[in-house]
Amino acid sequence: MRSPDLIRFARDAATGNPLRSSLLVLAMAIGVAAVVVLTALGDGARRYVVNEFSSLGTNLVIVLPGRSQTGGFNPGNAITSTVRDLTIDDAQALLRASAVHRVAPLAVGTSEISFGGKLREVILAGTNSQFIDVRNLKLAQGRFLPEGDWRRGASEAVIGAKIRDEIFGSESALGQLIRIGDRRFRVVGVLASTGQGLGMNTDELVIVPVSLAQAMFNSNTLFRILVEANSREAIEAAKTQVTAIIKQRHEGEEDVTIITQDAVLATFDKLLGTLTLAVAGIAAISLAVAGILVMNVMLVSVTQRTSEIGLLKALGATGATIRSAFLTEAAMLSVAGALLGYLLGQGAAALIRLLYPVFPAFPPDWAVFAGLGTALFTGILFGVLPARQAARLDPVQSLAKR
Amino acid sequence: MSALIELSGIDRIFYLGDSEVHALRNLELSIAAGEYVAVMGPSGSGKSTLLNLLGLLDRPNAGTYRLEGRDVTTLSPEEQAHVRSERVGFVFQSFHLVPRLTAAENIALPMTLAGIEPAQRNKRVEQALKDYGLSNRADHRPDQLSGGQRQRVAIARATIMQPAMILADEPTGNLDRATGEEVMRLLEELKDQGVTLIVVTHDKELGARARRQLLMEDGEVRQDSK
Repeated sequence: MRSPDLIRFARDAATGNPLRSSLLVLAMAIGVAAVVVLTALGDGARRYVVNEFSSLGTNLVIVLPGRSQTGGFNPGNAITSTVRDLTIDDAQALLRASAVHRVAPLAVGTSEISFGGKLREVILAGTNSQFIDVRNLKLAQGRFLPEGDWRRGASEAVIGAKIRDEIFGSESALGQLIRIGDRRFRVVGVLASTGQGLGMNTDELVIVPVSLAQAMFNSNTLFRILVEANSREAIEAAKTQVTAIIKQRHEGEEDVTIITQDAVLATFDKLLGTLTLAVAGIAAISLAVAGILVMNVMLVSVTQRTSEIGLLKALGATGATIRSAFLTEAAMLSVAGALLGYLLGQGAAALIRLLYPVFPAFPPDWAVFAGLGTALFTGILFGVLPARQAARLDPVQSLAKR
Repeated sequence: MSALIELSGIDRIFYLGDSEVHALRNLELSIAAGEYVAVMGPSGSGKSTLLNLLGLLDRPNAGTYRLEGRDVTTLSPEEQAHVRSERVGFVFQSFHLVPRLTAAENIALPMTLAGIEPAQRNKRVEQALKDYGLSNRADHRPDQLSGGQRQRVAIARATIMQPAMILADEPTGNLDRATGEEVMRLLEELKDQGVTLIVVTHDKELGARARRQLLMEDGEVRQDSK
């Protein structure tokens, strides 16, 4: 039998029983749609988290005071591991590293801000002019902290969008004098609203020069040093250089923990990638169920069309021809179901994106291919048994059946 | 005349539970090309089994079947399908048309299965439709055709591959007398083109039209009018 004839014959046989065929296509479609939607959700979650992390800044290396240990208690540590604090000098020293592009020291604490009789507790961040670039922040109004000596700073503050709204309301914030703790600051800039995000919420932040913040907290330590490497490739080099400089400054003691944003990202990426894979696996079970349904329906079809099979044999059809006719039918129904499911799944994913614009629910390419592939494979695999049964039917008995 | 069909020592045994039924018993038969043979006998006499055997739908338990001088009992199922496709045409009592296919498609089915080019298929189907007076019924499905028309479609289908023999099992069994008469005339016309015609029938009158009558009983040929 020529292939176009075979396809036409299988198509006619499939459309000859619309209810049976459409149920089968529906089952297959639901399976494929489940794979597409669930992986879109899983991969969407992964992308969402990765995006949030990227928005913290690019090529970020974060220096934390203290060594995080996983080795248990080491007797040597009992004597030598007095954690040295990170200081502004440490931060400034990091600028010497060739792989380092920008450095922003960060001292964080809580304080009170007051203006015109209104009082509010805020998170106070002491840093330098580089912070805005390192953290990828945007200004809504005014300017950021000026360049200058890190150990001396003008009494100027940059406030978050929410603080601005709550303290100043409809008044202009720029140029106003506010009181933070026991000092007076002039508001020079307002940060653009970033909405909900990972890490600290910059909408409720008040940023002042690091030296002033330290003076207010009455300490000379830093909470973090944020380092931006020259490029993505330079992150590892930056990490090594930063470690070496800190170690040298801390009398040979490696008492800081250095996190690269890449490592955090990679961990989340891997974690959520695995989640997506697991979800795809669960969805694939529905495809296996659909495959069994294909077998069931095709077996019924063979029984219903027994006399037709007998006739085809009498007309000179070989077993192989009959087998391929039934296999083609199963494959066509599976393809139709898979394509319908693909469209349904993409439609549902698009709907999710429409309803939750921040959530990038795009099904990954591999999942789409795997879903379509599995649908075809199970459809054809489970079509083999009925097709073989059809080919093996005894023509005399089949013809006698009505 | 050389023998088209030569059966020797054919046995066909069915097992029903633990009893054996000899549908055909040591059958010896020779049919020449172009003969018109009626096979008659009561139900269970082995007529249909004989027909199935001649059409290679069934295999004997013993004996040899030579078709055009070639032993076809030892052929593989695929080879037998090939012989059926090219040398045998079937006409059934219940027509056995594929309900979802049109008259033209039903007629073309053996050629489709044999993988013949659509252009040639269409040419031959068109000719057959004309020959059997079905030209204005080409696009009708079997349920839109009368009994006589259905059987004409079936005969057109049986002859479309230009087989050496037509095997007809009660071809008029589901038709009224006038339509049955017309169908028999069509079948008999084939014989004039050199096709061997073997008709299984209950109907004595119908059987009498054949030049040669085989009377079967209990799996044996009781009477051969040759």
